[in-house]
Amino acid sequence: MTPGRAGKGHGGVASPAVGRDLPRVDGPAKVTGTATYAFEHQLDDVVHLYPLQATVARGRVTAVHTGAVEAMPGVVAVLTSDNAPRLAWADDAELAVLQSDAVAFRGQLIGAVLAETSEEAREAASAVLVDYDELPHDADFPGDRSRLYAPAEVSGGFATDTDVGDVEAALASAAVTLDQTYATATYHANPLEPHSTVAVWEDEGLTLYESTQGTHAVATKVAALFGLEAGLVRVIAPHVGGGFGSKGLPHAPVVLAALAARLVPGRPVKLALTRQQMFCLVGYRTPTLQHVRLGADADGRLSAVSLDVVQQTSRIKEFAEQTAVATRTMYAAPHRRTTHRLAALDVAVPSWMRAPGECPGMFGPEVALDELAVACGLDPVELRIRNEPESDPQSGKPFSSRNLVGCLREGARRFGWQRWDRAPRSRLEGGWWVGVGVSASTYPVHRMAGSSATVGFGADGRYRVAIGAADIGTGTWTSLTQIAADALDVPVERIALQIGDSALPPASVAGGSSGTNSWGSTIVEAARTFRDKFGDHPEDGDEVDASMPPNPDTERFAMHAFGAQFAEVRVRQDTGEVRVPRLLGVFAVGRVVNPRTARSQFLGGMTMGLSMALHEQSVLDPRFGHIVNHDLAGYHIATNADVGTIEAHWLDEHDPHVNPLGVKGIGEIGIVGTAAAVANAAHHATGTRVRSLPLTPDKFLL
Amino acid sequence: MRPFRYERPDDPLAAVALLADDPTATFLGGGTNLVDLMKLGVARPDVVVDVARLTGRAVETLPEGGVRIGAAMPNSDLAADPVIRHRYPVLSQALLAGASGQLRNLATTAGNLLQRTRCVYFQDVTTPCNKREPGSGCSAVDGWTRHHAVLGASQHCVATHPSDMAVAMAALDAVVQVQGARGPRRIPVVELHRLPGDEPQRDTSLEHGDLITSVDLPDLPVTARSHYAKVRDRASYAFALVSVAAVLDVHDGIVGHVHIALGGVAHKPWRATIAEDMLRGGPATTDAFRAAAVAELTRARPLPDNAFKVPLARNVLVSVLGHLTSSAGAGR
Ligand SMILES: Cc1cc2nc3c(=O)[nH]c(=O)nc-3n(C[C@H](O)[C@H](O)[C@H](O)COP(=O)(O)OP(=O)(O)OC[C@H]3O[C@@H](n4cnc5c(N)ncnc54)[C@H](O)[C@@H]3O)c2cc1C
Ligand code: SF4
Repeated sequence: MTPGRAGKGHGGVASPAVGRDLPRVDGPAKVTGTATYAFEHQLDDVVHLYPLQATVARGRVTAVHTGAVEAMPGVVAVLTSDNAPRLAWADDAELAVLQSDAVAFRGQLIGAVLAETSEEAREAASAVLVDYDELPHDADFPGDRSRLYAPAEVSGGFATDTDVGDVEAALASAAVTLDQTYATATYHANPLEPHSTVAVWEDEGLTLYESTQGTHAVATKVAALFGLEAGLVRVIAPHVGGGFGSKGLPHAPVVLAALAARLVPGRPVKLALTRQQMFCLVGYRTPTLQHVRLGADADGRLSAVSLDVVQQTSRIKEFAEQTAVATRTMYAAPHRRTTHRLAALDVAVPSWMRAPGECPGMFGPEVALDELAVACGLDPVELRIRNEPESDPQSGKPFSSRNLVGCLREGARRFGWQRWDRAPRSRLEGGWWVGVGVSASTYPVHRMAGSSATVGFGADGRYRVAIGAADIGTGTWTSLTQIAADALDVPVERIALQIGDSALPPASVAGGSSGTNSWGSTIVEAARTFRDKFGDHPEDGDEVDASMPPNPDTERFAMHAFGAQFAEVRVRQDTGEVRVPRLLGVFAVGRVVNPRTARSQFLGGMTMGLSMALHEQSVLDPRFGHIVNHDLAGYHIATNADVGTIEAHWLDEHDPHVNPLGVKGIGEIGIVGTAAAVANAAHHATGTRVRSLPLTPDKFLL
Repeated sequence: MRPFRYERPDDPLAAVALLADDPTATFLGGGTNLVDLMKLGVARPDVVVDVARLTGRAVETLPEGGVRIGAAMPNSDLAADPVIRHRYPVLSQALLAGASGQLRNLATTAGNLLQRTRCVYFQDVTTPCNKREPGSGCSAVDGWTRHHAVLGASQHCVATHPSDMAVAMAALDAVVQVQGARGPRRIPVVELHRLPGDEPQRDTSLEHGDLITSVDLPDLPVTARSHYAKVRDRASYAFALVSVAAVLDVHDGIVGHVHIALGGVAHKPWRATIAEDMLRGGPATTDAFRAAAVAELTRARPLPDNAFKVPLARNVLVSVLGHLTSSAGAGR
């Protein structure tokens, strides 16, 4: 056999792999049920774990009555803060599981039962009686405004507040002004696969089969918690059934499983959360109140943009969603102000959820722009085009590429936007008001540090490409195979990709739409290094490691993806029911590695945005402090019947600055702006402006 | 889940006897509600008596008129039954508006009638609930009440009955056949479910161990039309915010037979008798429909989160009656 590449020009293949709609390489395993998810790893002598959760929102556990429970059938042990192993590092209050008897929110972990079967563990857990010393709690959002505070910075390391020019003066002298408050709800990511862990201690090392977006992130954090050397914790996650951010950072359950496994060394401990538990233990998107003020001249040119956001965090751990950050970059206005204020409550810890910051933060401002368009008598597409900035308003840097206007124009053309009469409440068809709306989308280009990759050549003539990246259903198995094939200039069949294991070279988390950018750039670098060292005819065993190279352009340019979403909405005249027969998005996201998996990301993002627009809402009962509609019968996610036609298109965008591949990231932008487009269309249909999500029938009932 | 004994007796009397002997025993139909509640710790039976194969699973035509529906008939089969679709479209429509295809395949007629409320506090054993634990208090009255009752509630319980099918059956004057320890009896569906009063733990007028064996539907006037409409928070797979089942017979613009039941508004399918009385013998006009709906709903006592149900119920009622008098409703 001939080692190395078959020849120049993509190893004899007619075209490069990147850009081809290669079917998912993990598809056959998934549809035949042989792809192994965390809980499905078959191990011997398993013990099942069922969590105990606090039933008060604040206070102290004074006693856990375990005696009778320990004698129940199948029970192996009961874990509480009394017998839990001490962690070496307990600074992160979310992860300092069972390190004290304090209760900081309802549903917090206060123990667990280990038993031979999952049914026995669950039944024994329900029999455990707990005594508390209960303290008054505050779980009321927004509640008393006087206790709001400004965090030191917001998530992503952004400034909490910005203030440029003189917003108040600009508003005072503007020909047209708008001053409204918008509200987004609390959301839970609800991936199909629940958060699951299989933990086993052997000798001094810990192995975790984990449903996670980042094997290395979990390994590093868990090692620190247990005071272990990094290499002693191994995290395995070949397939992950969705995460949407909720599996991006390690949460309390994995720590609980590792603590429990300490009690039964050598025996694997299995934990899969119930849907209800996922509503307290794995993060959620904070509710937001967005006070938007806009000032413009009579032609709709913005002079002032102001966004003041109020949101919540947990009292024990701050998470400050960067809700107002997108507004700093979206539109040109000489006077701009953004602020974030938090209410610290006795509630579960919020965290990442698909497009944290941009997703909620583009709702208020994009609806406000629609209101401004009405006030100025302008087409909202035209209003956005008029306010297109030359360079990034916040940093002053040029954009590496910015094609929002292209997306708006192409979207309007494909959608048939011009055919619609702009007057609200002008079309009634068979008892349904019909209208259309638009919103812009945006998402930053994130490049995360910390990845490296190995490229090696094997006796079978294939290249082993290894990186601890995760495939959370996005298509990483496929897209990285394509990138590696082109980088090595061989057909995809000659790539043997290895991902999903912290024993592989480190990889940044699958989050921030950064995977293809960060891991892809790293693989390209490793392939280049490999060819430099071994040429086109390597030998069996040749291997190199390489880290993600720096990109000096990230300092010189503002890098963002953009998009435009259009919605057609029907609202039933006598019941207020809202239907969305049509959504259309056009995105400018740089190069698209695989149109098949990319389309599925856009469609998935837009569907999730539709779901946010119409249905999703976690209802927190402040008297108790927990989410009361905590299952999928109560927390509504769009069903098939709610989703009409969705089209996703993209511009042919070439951005030489973002990375050698020219990719910007596509996992999150699809959910950004959808809810605003739907709300704007609902207003166009009915004349009723709903500023608070979700758009349920009662809000349109007259 | 708590360990339990599973029994599958061969005849209905044996099933009734199994329950008579054991206050913690319960019947199992398709299990789509009971098993969920067992997992949640809300239902904790020691013995589960499977009756899903014990009673009829088909629709029979009765010699004296009307039809008999087997208690174990799956919701999906009942919805698809040609006799039901032709003679009682309101029932078929109500069934198809409920749950999902998979659930309807498992769910039985009796189980659907006797499904428990979806009140979130009832389903959460960590919150007080008078229905689950009499005397513990009602978490809903001052809590999240979007899905709760606007009619006939008490300070002890403001839950709604979740079934769509039962609403259609109430409008059809269906009669439930019951086998009890002391023999068989007949209970009209409108008397099966109760208002909560000061005994919210009792959903129905059944005694422990009463087995539903069938549900009878009387004949409708030959020219009557019927229809079911449901408004919910998403297009499919959600419980009713408000629903309306109506049977209407109009001759020369004058209302004859009229039966109306509302769903999603009370602890039981709500027969709108005030509206029926106002409409019967009067003109079949939108104004009359609206006046009747308004009159029925003057008794409504909405809670903070569900005031919208009153205008919504009014509009849906007017729309359903309008549909039944239009040419579009002519398919009965
Ligand atoms: C996610 C979800 C969504 C749903 N949406 C809807 C909806 O939109 N509309 C709607 O109407 N329903 C809905 N349902 C409820 C569904 O219709 C019920 O779960 C189903 O009808 C119950 O029937 P079953 O045979 O499975 O009852 P089971 O769960 O077996 O039993 C329910 C009760 O009936 C008793 N029982 C059963 N058979 C008999 C008998 N012969 N005699 C006496 N007692 C008996 C049982 O003891 C138990 O108490 C939904 C359910 C779920 C889980
Ligand atoms: S409304 Fe009824 S079911 Fe709900 S909490 Fe109150 S008593 Fe319980």
